[in-house]
Amino acid sequence: MTTHTVFFDEYTDGHHPIVGGKCASLGAMTVAGLPVPGGFAVTTHAFNLAVGRHGAGAEIWSHLAELDTSDMAALSAAGRACRQAVRDHGMSTDVEAAIRAGYQELCDRVGQPDVPVAIRSSATAEDQPDASFAGQQDTYLWIHGEDEVINHVIRCWASLYTDRAIAYRNDQGYSSQDVSMAVAVQQMVEAEAAGVAFTLDPTNGDRSKVVIDSAFGLGETVVSGSVTPDNFVVDKIVFEIVKRTISAKEEECIVADGGVVHRALSPERSVEPSITDANVKAVARLARQAEKHFGRPQDIEWAIVGDTIHLLQSRPETVWSNKPRPTVSTGVNAGVGGIVNMLLNPVRVREKSE
Amino acid sequence: MTETRFGSPFDQPTPEGAEGWEEMYSYSLLFSEQRRDYEDNAFWFRDSIHLPTVMPPWDMTLVQWAFGSLGAYNSRHYMVPPAMGIDVRILNGYMFLTPVPVMDPEEIGARVPHFMERAGFYFGNWNELEDKWLVKAKDLIAQLEAISFAPLPDMVDLEVVTSAIGRSNLYDLQHSYHQLLDAALLLWQYHFEFLNLGYAAYLDYFMFCKQVFPNIPDLAIAKMVAGIEVDLFRPDQELRKLARSAVAAGLGDALCDGTVDASLAAVGGMDGGGAWLAEYQAAQYPWFNYSNGSGFYHTDAVWADRIDIPFSFMRGYIRKLQIGEEIDTPVEEIAAERDRVAAEYADLLDGDDLANFQGKLGLSRTVFHYVENHNFYVEHWGHSVMWRKMRELSAVLSKEGFWGDIDDIFMLKKEEVTDAITDATFAWGAGVEPAGKHHWPPVVARRRKMLAACQAWDAPPALGEPPEVIAEPFTIMLWGITTESVQKWLGGMSDEGGLSGFAASPGVAEGIARVLTNAEQVADIQDGEILVAPLTAPSWAPIFRRIAGTVTDSGGMMSHAAIVCREYGLPAVTGTAFATKAIKTGMRVRVDGNNGVVTILED
Repeated sequence: MTTHTVFFDEYTDGHHPIVGGKCASLGAMTVAGLPVPGGFAVTTHAFNLAVGRHGAGAEIWSHLAELDTSDMAALSAAGRACRQAVRDHGMSTDVEAAIRAGYQELCDRVGQPDVPVAIRSSATAEDQPDASFAGQQDTYLWIHGEDEVINHVIRCWASLYTDRAIAYRNDQGYSSQDVSMAVAVQQMVEAEAAGVAFTLDPTNGDRSKVVIDSAFGLGETVVSGSVTPDNFVVDKIVFEIVKRTISAKEEECIVADGGVVHRALSPERSVEPSITDANVKAVARLARQAEKHFGRPQDIEWAIVGDTIHLLQSRPETVWSNKPRPTVSTGVNAGVGGIVNMLLNPVRVREKSE
Repeated sequence: MTETRFGSPFDQPTPEGAEGWEEMYSYSLLFSEQRRDYEDNAFWFRDSIHLPTVMPPWDMTLVQWAFGSLGAYNSRHYMVPPAMGIDVRILNGYMFLTPVPVMDPEEIGARVPHFMERAGFYFGNWNELEDKWLVKAKDLIAQLEAISFAPLPDMVDLEVVTSAIGRSNLYDLQHSYHQLLDAALLLWQYHFEFLNLGYAAYLDYFMFCKQVFPNIPDLAIAKMVAGIEVDLFRPDQELRKLARSAVAAGLGDALCDGTVDASLAAVGGMDGGGAWLAEYQAAQYPWFNYSNGSGFYHTDAVWADRIDIPFSFMRGYIRKLQIGEEIDTPVEEIAAERDRVAAEYADLLDGDDLANFQGKLGLSRTVFHYVENHNFYVEHWGHSVMWRKMRELSAVLSKEGFWGDIDDIFMLKKEEVTDAITDATFAWGAGVEPAGKHHWPPVVARRRKMLAACQAWDAPPALGEPPEVIAEPFTIMLWGITTESVQKWLGGMSDEGGLSGFAASPGVAEGIARVLTNAEQVADIQDGEILVAPLTAPSWAPIFRRIAGTVTDSGGMMSHAAIVCREYGLPAVTGTAFATKAIKTGMRVRVDGNNGVVTILED
């Protein structure tokens, strides 16, 4: 039997190859009891039936096999043709039925008909610590209703063939023929504030800190960089805020008229903190929990609704984690010699200022 | 407009009624034209941690010996490479301090190997040497206890003659006073035998944490050495033990009723009363030799002499026990948190950094026991005995008609007391009226008036030119003086009607402020209030379970107020400089001990 969908709370390690990196992470976090909004993966099996060698794959490969990705016009034409092929091919009835059933179950679990969801790619080569495909695929927000979900899963599949995705794979040496993709369908929360958090200080690699970016509304403004977020540095052992910068946040991303819109903030509102100190600490604790769960520094996305903090995503931090930790112990540090060095610091400061 | 320097010590007006105040202090403690070049260019800050109010003349004896000992250990014993001692001046009755650096780089370099050898010896043998210290300190206090000041007799005892001792009260009175002075000086020598090195080791660990975990909260660093059992908190433990025994024996109500004497008498006649009274007697020595203040003032109340103070604290505990409330300090929780925090930080390190972190933390914990513990033996027990002995001497001179109030002796400088003894014993021998009978009463009256006038002076937190960067470690750790705090003093209160200081003990609390300007007012405090004071003493600990938070004018992360609040898990902001002026009793305030901010919520 072929599995087309896997709910996050049913996830086991064996599912990893068919749900992609993002869904595997969401599944693992859900199973670990972290506060992840509910949802399910549309597996690579479903993709393979629709797009892979069993579906639109032959046609796609005919556009890509001989493609010179440095020829921008050719790349653009091939990409457009591939995406059209995915949309034209659609999905087989059993895949479609499985996704509709999954969505209905999600609505039942949440207790809300047509529950709004975010639909994101969960590519098998994405989110790997050594080759960040992050942001290479599109994300669809506030989708509701079975038909729209089906529609956007297909669009998500098609997004695997954007010009930049094709070129990126080519440059990185991944074959566009073997590529596969799972899709995350996840309940979307109407965040009052949201953002990202790193479980180390990305400016200096200090692992005793959680650094949080936060803005009003959905986290898209922070992720896309369309606002300058508030920034907090929190000590992750004693959970004290050691540094805070409240920025003028130009806009917020909110849900209005059944969709997601960007709205400008009044000058007064823009300079208010987007998150309370208590919630800053709660986000830091959540990030720390994710880090402990995965056993290495993480980069998370989070959202707040009322007093509930949701963990939307957790990925391994890739910049500092792969370097040796910078050491501060140079020269004489130990014992009485270290004390002498410390006592002489003021003298060095004095000499510098002279 | 923000000023860049504080007022010159030479431009400070004399408070009205304090004219001539200089006569109360040794010439060496006064600012003078002869040393003006040096004095006018130094940065003098007030020691409001130990000495928040004006200094009575005799009390300066101990202060000069304390700072003298601090300096000698830094500069001559351990050869701390960049630091000599701390210079002391008095202006309008208030103490000001300036740290003295070693400026010549060659001289600093030459001191390094000596420091390594000498400090290395102490660090290498710390526990063993600290054990010896305790024996020495207890022995010295026993010597102080043995000093006696006998009244001058009409006729010396026959035994003095028949055993051919060959000396009289003429010698004994002076000798006893000199013994007391020598013992007090030695007590202060002992005090600093370990303390400077203890602070240096703690600072090394502190600075390393700041380097390896940039912006680590000061509090996190302090937490990793908290919860070490020391005798400084023993007096409070004794009160809690007495309260528990009383409640267990059904004596609680009787002990809470009426005066101290009445309730003791009532308990004496009850079943189990005798056993409790024996326990009560046993707890008093030495643990009630506990000062209500820093111990530096003869006016600081000592539990043993003011039994109503510990008694009221004990009654507070009894009442809590009777309604089923917890009176234990969360020592175990604090120790568990200490170990968790240290283990989690260590987990983030590897290689040399991990080894250095563990090494420095280990040494800090080793030295920290002394850093906290010595305070009971010197400032509390030792000083309490010394003040008591001085009052015995005062009684002898008072009997000769020198003064009426037992505390008048503290209006004399230490050499003037020798003069008074010479006068009294000479007149006793000659069989004439001593001159002191006429000389001292007007002097004492004048000085009391001058001290009161000085006390009313709005003494600035500092004088002179601050250095661009304050980096001297002791100044920062003990007195809480940093480049930032100096800027704040120059600017006065911050814009938001808030006060900032050191985040000395974690937590946030809101409540009604109770401003205390002297230790006697401790009894006024109500449950749930926020204590606002120039400083707090360890002996206030019994009320720490009743109040919601505390704010002090002075003190850094390592000041006694900060240490005690952490031990008792009480939110605290220290070193605000202006809290007792800006906050009035009855105001609603918020104490944010996580961020070091105090906010006035309602007037």
